[in-house]
Amino acid sequence: MSATVELMDYDEVLERFDPVLGLEVHVELNTHTKMFCGCPTGFGAEPNTQVCPVCLGLPGALPVVNEIAVASAIRIGLALNCEIATWCRFARKNYFYPDMPKNFQTSQYDEPIAFNGWLDVTLDDGEVVRVQIERAHMEEDTGKSLHVGGATGRIHGAEHSLLDYNRAGVPLIEIVTKTIEGTGARAPEVARAYVATLRDLLKALDVSDVRMDQGSLRCDANVSLMAKDATEFGTRTETKNVNSLRSVERAVRHEMTRQAAILVDGGSILQETRHFEEAGGTTRAGRRKETSEDYRYFPEPDLVPIAPTREWVEELRATLPEMPEQRRKRIQAEWSLTDLELRDLINAGAVDLIAATVDAGATPAEARSWWVSYLSQSANSRGVELADLPITPAQVAAVISLIADGSLTNKLAREVVDGVLAGEGEPDEVVEKRGLKVVSDDSALYAAVDEALASQPDVAEKIREGKVAAAGAIVGAVMKATKGQADAKRVRELILERCGA
Amino acid sequence: MTEIIRLTAAEIAAKVQAREVSAVEVAQAHLDRIGAVDQAVHAFLHVDTERALQAAKAVDEDVAAGRPAASPLAGVPLALKDVLTMQGAPTTCGSKTLEGWQPPYDATVTTRLLAAGVVILGKTNMDEFAMGSSTENSAFGPTRNPWDLDRIPGGSGGGSSAALAAFEAPLAIGTDTGGSIRQPGSVTGTVGVKPTYGTVSRYGLVAFSSSLDQAGPCARTVLDAALLHEVIAGHDPLDSTSIDTPVPPVVAAAREGANGDLSGVRVGVVTQFAGDGYQPGVSAAFDAAVAQLRDLGAEIVEVSCPSFDLALPAYYLIAPSEASSNLARFDAMRYGLRIGDDGTHSAEEVMSLTRAAGFGAEVKRRIILGTYALSAGYYDAYYGSAQKVRTLIMRDFEAAFAKVDVLVSPTTPTTAFKIGERADDPMAMYKADLCTIPSNLAGNAALSVPCGLSEDDGLPVGLQIMSPALQDHRGYRVAAAYEAARDAAQGGPLIHRVPELEVAH
Repeated sequence: MSATVELMDYDEVLERFDPVLGLEVHVELNTHTKMFCGCPTGFGAEPNTQVCPVCLGLPGALPVVNEIAVASAIRIGLALNCEIATWCRFARKNYFYPDMPKNFQTSQYDEPIAFNGWLDVTLDDGEVVRVQIERAHMEEDTGKSLHVGGATGRIHGAEHSLLDYNRAGVPLIEIVTKTIEGTGARAPEVARAYVATLRDLLKALDVSDVRMDQGSLRCDANVSLMAKDATEFGTRTETKNVNSLRSVERAVRHEMTRQAAILVDGGSILQETRHFEEAGGTTRAGRRKETSEDYRYFPEPDLVPIAPTREWVEELRATLPEMPEQRRKRIQAEWSLTDLELRDLINAGAVDLIAATVDAGATPAEARSWWVSYLSQSANSRGVELADLPITPAQVAAVISLIADGSLTNKLAREVVDGVLAGEGEPDEVVEKRGLKVVSDDSALYAAVDEALASQPDVAEKIREGKVAAAGAIVGAVMKATKGQADAKRVRELILERCGA
Repeated sequence: MTEIIRLTAAEIAAKVQAREVSAVEVAQAHLDRIGAVDQAVHAFLHVDTERALQAAKAVDEDVAAGRPAASPLAGVPLALKDVLTMQGAPTTCGSKTLEGWQPPYDATVTTRLLAAGVVILGKTNMDEFAMGSSTENSAFGPTRNPWDLDRIPGGSGGGSSAALAAFEAPLAIGTDTGGSIRQPGSVTGTVGVKPTYGTVSRYGLVAFSSSLDQAGPCARTVLDAALLHEVIAGHDPLDSTSIDTPVPPVVAAAREGANGDLSGVRVGVVTQFAGDGYQPGVSAAFDAAVAQLRDLGAEIVEVSCPSFDLALPAYYLIAPSEASSNLARFDAMRYGLRIGDDGTHSAEEVMSLTRAAGFGAEVKRRIILGTYALSAGYYDAYYGSAQKVRTLIMRDFEAAFAKVDVLVSPTTPTTAFKIGERADDPMAMYKADLCTIPSNLAGNAALSVPCGLSEDDGLPVGLQIMSPALQDHRGYRVAAAYEAARDAAQGGPLIHRVPELEVAH
C-alpha cells in the first residue's frame, strides 16, 4: 500500500503559489516512410514487419534524412511563428534501453530547426493567452516495449519483455514551450487549451494524425510552484503518459495540489518524471534514477547538416493553410453563428464536418442542421464521436442535395442516412435498394389524387369552392396511399389543378 | 606462364578476357594458396570456396558468351575486410560479440564488387572493430606478416595486407580510420589507399568512428589499386556523407604516372614527420624515395604543418567518442553474443555481462575513453577542443596545398614490429598512426606505396603521399611514377622479394 498523498485545496494553492508550466509535445508525423529509412509508418501492423537494417540499427547501416519530414518540421515551425534555422544538425542522445535499436536516439539537440515562436490560445470564455514557443525539433521515435509479468508493467520485475520495432524511427517533432507563467487558477485550462490548439493546428497542416489515444500526439507536462513572495522558480516535475486533453488538465491540477501540500509541509519537490494515472487522475513517481542521466550528446557524424534555403522556407510558407483560429472567425461570419453556437459546434467536433459538407455543395444551414441534430443523435446512440460515424461529409451533402431537388423528403432522407450508416452504400444506392425515391411520376400521382378526391367528395367540393386550406386532408390521404414517397408539395399542386382552384 | 598467384590484378583480368586462363582457374589457384599458407599467416577469418568458384564461373560464362566484361577487374579474386557486410557470410569485425553474425544485407562496397565481377574469396582478419595497428586485437588470433611471421602485418587491416603479401589474393579491401589501410600496406610492402572521405560509401561498413572511417583499395601495384578504387568509389544515396561528384580519374593518373615523368609536380616534405621516433632505416628509405621523386622531375620543398603534432591526441578523443556511441548497439538484445540470459538476470545485466565478455581490452579502453570525453562537463575540454584541432589541421593542409601538389612523409615511423612487442604499451601502439591520422581528421586522400626495405632490418618501408580532397589522382600519378622508377632501379617489384612461405600440405 502506498501512503495516501496529501493534496491541498485548489483555492488555497492559488492563495500561496503561482503555478509555472512547461509543455513538451511530441508529434508523430504522418509521412509515409520513417525519419531515416524507407520503412512504412502505418499504425497497427504486425510487430516487427515494418523494419529494415537502418531502423533496426544493424551494424553498418546508415541513416538518410526524410526530406518530407524536414518540410513538415519547417511548416510546423512557420505555423508556430518560429524562426527557421539556416543551418542545423542532428545529434546523438546516448542511453541504453532495449526498445532503442542503436542505444542512441538521433535527435536534434542544441540546434533545433525551428525556435522562438508563439501560439495564441483561446480559452472557453474567449480570453486569449499567448504561449511562447522555445523550439520545435526533429527526432526519431523508439520501438515499443511490452513488459510481461511483474506488478508494474515496467521493465523491472518483468518476467520477459516483447519488443516491437515498427515504431522505431518514425519521425517525431518535439515542440517545447518556454515557461508559461501568470496563468494562476487557469493554468490547468491553459495547458489543455494549448494542447488542443496545437492539435488543431497540426491537423490543419495535415502533418500528423494527432491521435492522442494512439500516441501520435503525446504531452509531457512540467509543473512547478513558486511561492507568492519567491523570486525563483520552484523545482519541477515532468508528468508523462498524459493521453487525452482532459488528462492534460487533470494532471496539471493534480500536480499543483500535490506539490503545494508537500511545500507547505516543509518538504521539497524532487525533480523527477511522474506518470499520470487515468483512473484516479493522479500522478505517481517514475523509477528513481541513482545518478542523473548524462546523454553525452554530440553531433551525429552519419548525417550532414541541414541548411534549408530561404527560398525553400518561403515555398513552404506558401503551403500553409488557413490557421484554425482565423478559419473559425471566418466560418463564424459566413455561417452567421453566435459565439455560443460556434463553441457548441467546436465542442461537438462538428466544425470540420460541416465545413467539408459545405465544401461538397450543401448550404451551411442545412449542413449544420444535419450534423448537430440527426447525426449527433446517431453518434450518441452508437457511443462514438461524430467524426467516427461511418458517413462522410460528401455523403451528407449528397443526401441534402437529394432533398433539394425533390427526390427525397426529410423523413426519407433520414432513412437514407440510416442506410449509409448501416453500410448499405452511397446515398443513391440506398435510395435504390430501399425503394425510397419520392414518387414524382405525375400520372401515378394523378390516379392517387383522383382516388382521394373521389373518396372525400365533400372536401373536394370545398376546394372547388376556393377553400384551398382544405386540400391538406387530401394531401394527407395521397401521402398515406403512396407510403410517404410522394412529394407533398407536388401533390398539393395536382389537387388544386384537378379542382380547378 | 608466370605463376597465376604472382600476377597483378590487371594482368589476371586481361588474361581472363583473352581466355588465356579461366576465372575459375584463377580463383582455384588462390584458394589453393590460402589452403597452403593461411594456417601460418591467418589472414582470413572466413573463406567461401564454393561461392568464389561460382562467381568465377559466371565471369567465364560471360567471356565464353562474348559478353562485355562487367568491369576491368572481372574475374579477379579479392579479400574483403571483415568489417564490411556481405550476405551469406559472417561479419565479425574481429570481435566475439559478433561471432557468427550473418548480416541480412550487403554493404554498398560489396554490391559494387559483386556487380563488377570481382571474385570475393572471403573475409579478412582485423583488430577488433578496427581498433589497433597490429591485428593482435582480433578476438580470433593475430595475423602474421609474410615478411617475417613473428611480426605484425599492421592494423587494423592486417588480414588484408597479409593476404596480398602472401599472394593469397591480388586485391583486398581495407578501411582506414587512422591509418588502417596505409600502415598495414607500409609494413607488408603493399599499396594501400585511403580515398577522400565521402567518395567510397560507408553503407554496410560497421562503424568505428563515423567521421573518419573510409574504405579503400589494397593491392600490390598502384595500377591495381586504382582499378579497384574506380570499382568501389562513387556516390551512394544510402550514405548521407557520400559526395555526389564524379570519381577522380585515378586509373588514368596511374597510367600517366607510370610513364615516369613528374616534371612540374611540386612535392612537399612534411617537416613534422621526421627525427626522433623514426627508425633510421625508415628515414633513409624515405629520403631515398624523395630523391627518386626529384630525379623524376618533381620539385621538392619542405612544408611545415605545425598542427599535425596535435593530430594524435585529437584523434584519440574523436575516434573513441564516436566509437563509444557506435558500439552501444552491441547489447545482446537483437543479434550477436548474449551472456547471462538464464532467467536470473535483468535485461540491463544481460547487456552488461555480454559487453564485458564480448569486447576485448582495447575496445573497452576506447569505449571508456570516449564515454568520458563526451561526458557532461568534459565535452568542451575534450571533444570540443579536438574538433578545433581538426579545423587547424584542415587549415594546415589548405596552406600546404596552396604551395604544393602533394605532401609526402613516411607512412609509419617504424617497420613491422614483433608480435607482442607493443601489446602492453598502448601509447607506443598508437604512435604507429602518427603520420596517417592527419588525413583522416581532414578527410583528404592519402596512400602508401612501398619504398624499399629498411637497411637496419630488411623489412618494407612505406612512402605516404597525401593529396587534397577529391584530388586522389594526384597521389596515384606520383605513386605510379615512383613505383616504376623503384622497380626499374631494383630490377623487379619489391613485393617479389618477400620470403617464400613454407607451404602446408
